Amino acid sequence: MADFEAIVVGSGCAGSVAAYELAKANKSVLVIERGMSAGSKNMTGGRLYLHSLQEVFPNCRAEAPLERKIAHERISMLTSDAAFTVDFSSKAMLEPGQESYSVLRATFDPWLAAQAEQEGAEYIYGIAVESLVKQGEKVCGVKAGEDEITADIVILADGVNSLLTSEAVGFATPRTSEMAVGIKQLIELPEQEVASRLLCAQGEGSAWLFAGDATKGYPGGGFIYSNKNSISLGLVATISALESADATICGMLERFKAHPAVAPLIEGGKVVEHSGHMVPEGGYQMMPHLVGNGVLLAGESAMMCVNLGYMVRGMDYAIAAGMHAGRAASSALDDKDTSKESLERYTEALEQSFVLKDLRQFQRFPEFMESNLRIYNEYPALLRDVMQALFIVDGKPTPRLKQALMPLVRKVGLTTLLKDVRKGMKAL
Amino acid sequence: MSNTSVENTGLPTTVNVDAYLALNHYDVDEGNPHIVVAENCASEEFLKLVRVCPAGLYRLEEDGKTLFDYAGCLECGTCRIVAGNTIIERWENPQPGMGIQYRYG
Repeated sequence: MADFEAIVVGSGCAGSVAAYELAKANKSVLVIERGMSAGSKNMTGGRLYLHSLQEVFPNCRAEAPLERKIAHERISMLTSDAAFTVDFSSKAMLEPGQESYSVLRATFDPWLAAQAEQEGAEYIYGIAVESLVKQGEKVCGVKAGEDEITADIVILADGVNSLLTSEAVGFATPRTSEMAVGIKQLIELPEQEVASRLLCAQGEGSAWLFAGDATKGYPGGGFIYSNKNSISLGLVATISALESADATICGMLERFKAHPAVAPLIEGGKVVEHSGHMVPEGGYQMMPHLVGNGVLLAGESAMMCVNLGYMVRGMDYAIAAGMHAGRAASSALDDKDTSKESLERYTEALEQSFVLKDLRQFQRFPEFMESNLRIYNEYPALLRDVMQALFIVDGKPTPRLKQALMPLVRKVGLTTLLKDVRKGMKAL
Repeated sequence: MSNTSVENTGLPTTVNVDAYLALNHYDVDEGNPHIVVAENCASEEFLKLVRVCPAGLYRLEEDGKTLFDYAGCLECGTCRIVAGNTIIERWENPQPGMGIQYRYG
């Protein structure tokens, strides 16, 4: 008999929720987390869309350590000397089931782990799983330190840099074009300052994405999320472009912080943490098999992430995937069959849910965002020039608007512009 | 040792990442590196790592010498994706209890 019915590797969004579901179904489950506490090896931009957490924990609004409810969506197109910003706010963004919150993982993940522990999941911290234990082709446990711990099923929720997915389901190391590197600083500011600088009501916050000069014109972008008494500021840059760039990611971050549209937001703030994390950006096309013999993958270990430029999601997919993984694992345990065929019920559940529907829906978008460098260069410059034509008054006679704008559009080319819009729409 | 000089790469060398890393909490596994980079590594490959590492741990000295210090590692895995098949000879998670401990994340 196995030591546990289930072992979950990693106690992030996917892992703790999977463990919670298993424990709730009275299965014996062990979570192995390599950090000394949940979240201590983790980082997010970050914003959590609440819908999937709410499905598992209906009281999460009151109980989970959420930072600020996001009431403003901002998108900026930057050139080195200008910023064009769209600010959207609506009551609908604040409605239950549609709302999102900024979060910090070193506080959020321990809460999630506590929910699983209260249901009876066991946790060990500070030990990394080195390899999987197999009997023939079937995964039947893990090797951690000197110990082998066995289980009928293993759930890999060990994140984007999993060293186990190749062994579990033959997942090859991702290509640099499919991955981005994220860099972030947490900048402390008084609670009132955060709200007033980001034009938010008390307790509310903003999500802000930047394209163009944020990453010096290379594929990627900047982000600013407002927390209770800090700002999460950072960049995400596609690795394949960055590795031959004329800048380092650290240099880009300093440049972004010094941008005239950004510097006033963080002025006088105190950097208290500097973090890094990879982001899987290849979408559906890069995902590994989600199921192997005796093993399931959930969250970033399965590359579950969608970046559409104006919207970045990962944690809500991880929570939903963790929920389905936990439920599928426990029903497979009930059937006393944890073979690959039996576990395919997990993939089927995800196919029926928004997780794989979204990832499929947007599968052509990563290629569009990467291949079209105009998004990061010509278009921010075009927006700047158009806005300058509208807003700058210098006492010279004002030309007709069309006369002022058409030469600007012609710089990029009207057909190119229309084609790009069409391609973008198609990819969405 | 590589002979590529910093000036030829256009990469700024002024960012003091160390001052930021000093704000982080680490338990450094002294003398037991979890990432090992090949000596005499190809300079182009090393330069990629200089650009992508969010902790700025891969550095070129002015005389072209390559430097790498695992102590400030954020354990993101970016260097593994970039050079895991070339100049990175080993990439493991730090030993139990070691490495970065995010206090905010």
